[in-house]
Amino acid sequence: MNLPLLIGVMVVKILVVFVVFLTTIAYVVLMERKVLGFIQFRYGPNRVGPWGLLQPLADALKLIFKEDFTPPGANRFLFVLAPMIVGLTAFLPLAVIPFADKILPDTITIYGQKLDLTVASLNRGVIADVNIGLLYIFAVASMAVYGAVIGGWASNNKYSLLGALRLSAQMISYELALGLSVIGVLMISGTLSLVGIVEAQKNMWFIVYQPLGFVLFLTAAFAECARTPFDLIECENELVAGYQTEYSSMKWGLLMMGEYGHVVIASALTVTLFLGGWQGPFLPPVVWFLLKTFILIFFFIWVRGTFPRFRFDQLMYFGWKVLLPLSLVNILLTGIIMLYI
Amino acid sequence: MQIIFFLLAATALISGIMVVIQVNPVRSALFLVLNFFALAAIYLLANAQFIAAIQIIVYAGAIMVLFLFVIMLLNLRQPEEGGAHRHLGQKIFGSFLATAVIALVIYKVFRMVVPPAKPLTPDFGSTEMVAKSLFTDYLLPFEMTSILLLVAVVGAVILARSKVE
Repeated sequence: MNLPLLIGVMVVKILVVFVVFLTTIAYVVLMERKVLGFIQFRYGPNRVGPWGLLQPLADALKLIFKEDFTPPGANRFLFVLAPMIVGLTAFLPLAVIPFADKILPDTITIYGQKLDLTVASLNRGVIADVNIGLLYIFAVASMAVYGAVIGGWASNNKYSLLGALRLSAQMISYELALGLSVIGVLMISGTLSLVGIVEAQKNMWFIVYQPLGFVLFLTAAFAECARTPFDLIECENELVAGYQTEYSSMKWGLLMMGEYGHVVIASALTVTLFLGGWQGPFLPPVVWFLLKTFILIFFFIWVRGTFPRFRFDQLMYFGWKVLLPLSLVNILLTGIIMLYI
Repeated sequence: MQIIFFLLAATALISGIMVVIQVNPVRSALFLVLNFFALAAIYLLANAQFIAAIQIIVYAGAIMVLFLFVIMLLNLRQPEEGGAHRHLGQKIFGSFLATAVIALVIYKVFRMVVPPAKPLTPDFGSTEMVAKSLFTDYLLPFEMTSILLLVAVVGAVILARSKVE
C-alpha cells in the first residue's frame, strides 16, 4: 500500500478521462454542424483546417476573447454561479460510467514500488464503481435544473426567467418517466452499480428484454437534455434563447459545453443500460463503447435535423399522460414476465 | 474523518441559520439546498449511501426545485430591511419560547446516554439492505406512507381543479 502513488494513479486516470470527455464535447459540436449540413444539403464548417477539423479550436478562441458582459441589474454572484453548476453537473456523471473492462494489470511497479491496483478498482475502466451508481447519476442530473433556474432568475430578464420556468417544469415532468423507465433494467440485473449492469448483459443486451423501456428512456433523455423535439426552453421564435439570453463569452461557452456534455452523457448512459456497454466481439472494449456512444450521438443529431418542435401543452401532455403510464406498464409487464418465466 | 465531519456539520449549521435570517426568499431557498448537500455528505460519512442519494434526489432535486419555481412564479418582492413592525408582547413571548426550547435541548443533550457501539454488517447502508428492511420488518409503515402520499396527491389535484372551475 502506497497511498500517495495510488492517489497519483487515480488523478492521472481521472485527468485522462476528463480530457477525452472535453475533446469529445468539442468535436460533437463540430459533428453536429457537419451532420446538420449534410442533412440540409450544405457543407457545414470546412474552412479551418482540413475538412474544418480545427473549427472547435477556433470557436473556443473566439469565445474566450469575446467581451464578457454582465447585464446591469443582474445578481452578480448567482449570474456567475449558474454556468458553473451547468458545467459541473454535466461532467460529474462521468465518474460512474464504465467505459472498459480492465485497462491496467492488477499490479504495476512505479519507481521500484509495487502497487496493488485492485484498490478502489483502479485497474478497471471506470473511475468509481459505487453501489448506488445509477442513483448517483440521477441525483447529479437533477441538480442540472439549478444552473438554468438560477441563471434565468439572476439575469433579470423576462425571456431568461420564462425559459428557466419552462425548463424546470419540463425537467421535473420528464425526470419521473426517466427514473421509472430504467426500473425494468434494475429488476433484471438486480443491481444499481453500472459495472454490474454491464456485466449482466454479457449474453444478451437489455434492449432485447426491455424494448419499451429503451424507447421510453431515450425519449425522456431527449427531454432532459432539452434536445430538439423538446427544446422549448430556448425556442428562439418565442424566448430569444431561453435562460441563456444574457450570457456571453466563455460563460455562454460553459452553458453550451454543459448542453453537449448532457448529450454525450445521455448517449453513454443509454449504451451502458441497454446496449451492453463496452461488451462486444473482436474490437477492444473502449472502442466498442466509443463506437456505440457515437452512434447514439449521431441519432441525437439526426433527430434534431428532421423533427419539428412540440408545443408546450403537447410536451406536458406527452410527459404526464403518455410516457409516465407507459413506464408504469413497463414495470408491471417486466414483473409479470419475471414471475412466470 | 473527524475534520470532514466537523466541516460538514459547520456548513449545515451555518447554511441552516442563513435560511432563517436571509430576507431574499430565493437566497434563502438556495441556502437550504446547500444545507441538504451537507446533510447528504454526512450520511455518506456514516456509510449510508442510499439515503444520501435519496436525500439529494428527493429534497434537493425535486422539492427545492418546486420551491424555487413557486418563488419565481409569485415573484415575491424583496421586503424592506427589518420587516414588519413587531408587537412588544410578541417579542417577549418569542424570546421566552426560544429560551425554553434551547434549555430543553441542552438538558436532553447532557442527560443523553449513548448506547455502546455495535460493529456494522458489511452491507450496511447499501440499497439491498434498505430494501430488505423496508419490505420485511417495516412493511406496514412503508405501505401506510404510500397510501398517505396517494391521499395527499389526490387532495392536491382536487384543490388545483376547484380553483380553475
